[in-house]
Amino acid sequence: MIVYILRRIGQSLVALAAMAILVFIGVYAIGNPVDILINPEANQAEIAATTARLGLDKPLWEQFARFVAHLFQGDLGTSFVYGRPATEIILQRLPATMELALTALVLSLVIGVPLGVYAGLKPDSIGGRSVMAASILGFSLPNFWQGLLMILIFAVLLGWLPAGGRGETVELLGIRVSFLTVDGLRHMILPALNLALFKMSLVIRLTRANTREVCLQEYIKFARAKGLSSTRIVLVHILKNIMIPVVTILGLELGSMIAFAIVTETVFAWPGMGKLLIDSINLLDRPVIVAYLMLTVVIIVTINLIVDLLYSALDPRVRLSQVKS
Amino acid sequence: MTALLSIKDLRTYFFTDDGVVKAVDGVSFSLARGQILGLVGESGSGKSVTGFSLLGLVDPPGRVVGGSIRFDGKDLLTGGEPALRALRGKRIAMIFQDPMMTLNPVLRIDTQMIETVLAHDNVSRTEALKRARDALVMVGISSPDERLQSYPHQFSGGMRQRVAIAIAMLHKPDLIIADEPTTALDVTIQAQILAEVQKLCAETGTALIWITHDLAIVSGLADRLAVMYAGRVVEEGETARVIERPLHPYTKGLIASVPQGKTRGARLQQISGMPPSLRNLPKGCAFRPRCSRADEACLEEPALEEKLPDRKTRCFHPWSLDDARDTRRQAPSKDGMAETTT
Amino acid sequence: MSDDAFISGLAPIAAAKPVSIDTPLRRIVRGFFEDRLAVFGLAIFIAIVLVAIFAPLIAPQNPYDLAQLDVLDGGLPPGSASMSGGGIYYLGTDEQGRDMLSAILYGLRISLLVATVSLAFAIVIGVTAGTTAAYFGGKVDSLIMRVVDLQLSFPAILIALILLALWGRGVDKVIIALVIVQWAYYARTVRSSAIVEARKDYIEAAHCLALSHSRIMFHHLLPNCLPPLIVVATVQIAQAIALEATLSFLGAGVPITEPSLGLLIANGYNYLLSGRYWVSLFPGVALVVTIVAINLVGDRLRDVFNPRLQK
Repeated sequence: MIVYILRRIGQSLVALAAMAILVFIGVYAIGNPVDILINPEANQAEIAATTARLGLDKPLWEQFARFVAHLFQGDLGTSFVYGRPATEIILQRLPATMELALTALVLSLVIGVPLGVYAGLKPDSIGGRSVMAASILGFSLPNFWQGLLMILIFAVLLGWLPAGGRGETVELLGIRVSFLTVDGLRHMILPALNLALFKMSLVIRLTRANTREVCLQEYIKFARAKGLSSTRIVLVHILKNIMIPVVTILGLELGSMIAFAIVTETVFAWPGMGKLLIDSINLLDRPVIVAYLMLTVVIIVTINLIVDLLYSALDPRVRLSQVKS
Repeated sequence: MTALLSIKDLRTYFFTDDGVVKAVDGVSFSLARGQILGLVGESGSGKSVTGFSLLGLVDPPGRVVGGSIRFDGKDLLTGGEPALRALRGKRIAMIFQDPMMTLNPVLRIDTQMIETVLAHDNVSRTEALKRARDALVMVGISSPDERLQSYPHQFSGGMRQRVAIAIAMLHKPDLIIADEPTTALDVTIQAQILAEVQKLCAETGTALIWITHDLAIVSGLADRLAVMYAGRVVEEGETARVIERPLHPYTKGLIASVPQGKTRGARLQQISGMPPSLRNLPKGCAFRPRCSRADEACLEEPALEEKLPDRKTRCFHPWSLDDARDTRRQAPSKDGMAETTT
Repeated sequence: MSDDAFISGLAPIAAAKPVSIDTPLRRIVRGFFEDRLAVFGLAIFIAIVLVAIFAPLIAPQNPYDLAQLDVLDGGLPPGSASMSGGGIYYLGTDEQGRDMLSAILYGLRISLLVATVSLAFAIVIGVTAGTTAAYFGGKVDSLIMRVVDLQLSFPAILIALILLALWGRGVDKVIIALVIVQWAYYARTVRSSAIVEARKDYIEAAHCLALSHSRIMFHHLLPNCLPPLIVVATVQIAQAIALEATLSFLGAGVPITEPSLGLLIANGYNYLLSGRYWVSLFPGVALVVTIVAINLVGDRLRDVFNPRLQK
């Protein structure tokens, strides 16, 4: 088990290193770093000064060493727009994004699993078919388009919910959160649902397929032959079997949730780091873009690592096979 | 002798997209308390579906469409799902074929045993755990406390089947349906399990239906035999007498194809042809195309009738007493029985 | 044995053959057409492709010829007649007086162009990488698959967005970005089915005939890996259309001079809150219909290709 953990951590570090090299190549070797890292509005003297300061006149390997050294210090350059370190600006926006992503993750589980189990138990019923049809829609409609429809229906036509912004926040453990105020909640419903819909469809399909698979297993028939109630069979025997793959895949999807938050945050003007990224792209604030990329890569690699380790801790079968190997 | 279980003309059909499959189409037999019945037939003869029909566990598109099942005086087919569920595991238990598949892989053994106790008896968890432990001891599992905390994958096949038997015995049921419980096991384990089940049933007075394709196994175990072919019981009677003097040509063929010490060196007989497709049964007697004794009369479907005292068969031309004297040496006509080397 | 006897010996077999011709392809085509919804999806998709190809002939106006636009017609709701006596704007106009129907038809062209061109390149790269990995195995395999795994562990939208953020907008750049994020799916799919095929006897037989590596890979191995590849390609083309639309919506995709559906939606987004829903809604409907139609086809293909579901 320890060998496995160490090997898995090693893989994550390799992934991080590979991404760092790719980013370095993208910014310094292929692109013109002067364009990317120096404010386009700077004059010749400023450009020369910054080039010297950033070491852009040095050989490539020296630049790489510098890049890595800065990376370890969390220094990814200074924003052109804000004039502050890019990392600092992004970390400031991180809580809003995490709040949105986690809420969406919970939503997709809480709504998706029951619907998926239902559709799996009764695949031919009208309800089961409708759930599947809805999930196909949720799967195929582009995220931003779903968001626009939500705004059109709930904010413009019905006027029930605000179309954008974060609303009133309160401080919890030093982090500003929305979910503790009514106004914050009202602002969060649409974006969280928007972000959740795609994953919810995924959860529904996954749960349904797994439920159908598990229902055919002999141990379910044996459980029925033991005289167990159908409630117990569904809630314990089926659910416990399907939750392992569902939670694993959803855990791995948390990373993509953060990436998809870029879209949702733009549609709903949610002040998270995704919105910041798009603003930075429009303002050509490239240090922020690079910093966003590196930070997201770290988050995703870390999440994948944690989920993998949790998975092997959860499933007794995986646990055993690893002890053996 | 009052019957514990009495099945009359049971019919279970599967309504598939490609037509109706009559998996069970006229099964009748009865069973007294503490008795062991061997339900014998080839794969696809409907013996497992018969077992599932008893417990109301036939999955769609299958459905029991006719006949009656009386268990201890009550009709199981009209009682509805709640009544059946109260019976399952409590008074009628079942053991499945593949022990690798019958235990839930993600639940610990104690969970799977305790839930069975609690499904029927309102006792504390401690009490349930104690019963689970006792049951494991009863089926010969050493260090039960440790075993209770394990997951199924940590057990061998034979151990798992013992656990399944322990689960079946938790409520000391009146009847256990064992669906080929030793087929998936090694031969040595098979014998152990067989002896274990026989001993338990004798001790607790539990009746047993042992479903199998292996006549050799049940002939030493069962009090009575019911032989199934193409969804129907074709012969029923006391084991020793059926083996000694089979009435139905199919039963005779089955017995002849079991190798025995005294037939060493001789060619082993087999029944020619294949079991018919249940979608497309031959007209009349289903065994007719493979039968050496068939004639025009067999184009009608024979009924299950008592041809000798306590000996029922579904055949117009049962082997008579003198025919049946020595089934082995007398070679049947060529087209009916083929020969093969072992 | 004389030739005559030899031939007459074969004759009955040859004569019997035509009776039972049921090629896998026919079975799959038949299976596909058994599902009405899938056939409907296919019909819609073909119609959309035709409309996109012939957009310049069908569209009431060329939406990017400024001479044809009339500012007086700006922001008209669907069904309005032109102020200057032109035709009727069935889907309304945007604030510059551009006919939305024409804009959508031209937008479809860009969307489908980007998706299909990137699909073609991604398939070529992915299939080559996947077959190579499966065929050679060992270090080549693990190197290629490491790269694939690494890439697939990051969301496609993130990679594409960052690339475009650094490169700037452009149809060619969007296509390259889509190729980069998509090739890995094909590589993985082809590799996993090819690795099963590569162990089979007929590949061994091909080796014994001393055929070249590339001939075995592309003439013997690849055709047997096609079914999953086709299924993934259908799913991916829908994904590519959606991804391009998203990128363009975010302002990182195609340039304003060549707007795809996604960019049209983004342009209309600003007017959504003021009630001019049509500028954003109708391009979105066109996008959604396209994607759903492809997915209907893809779902059915997956079913007919899946041996587990075949009786």
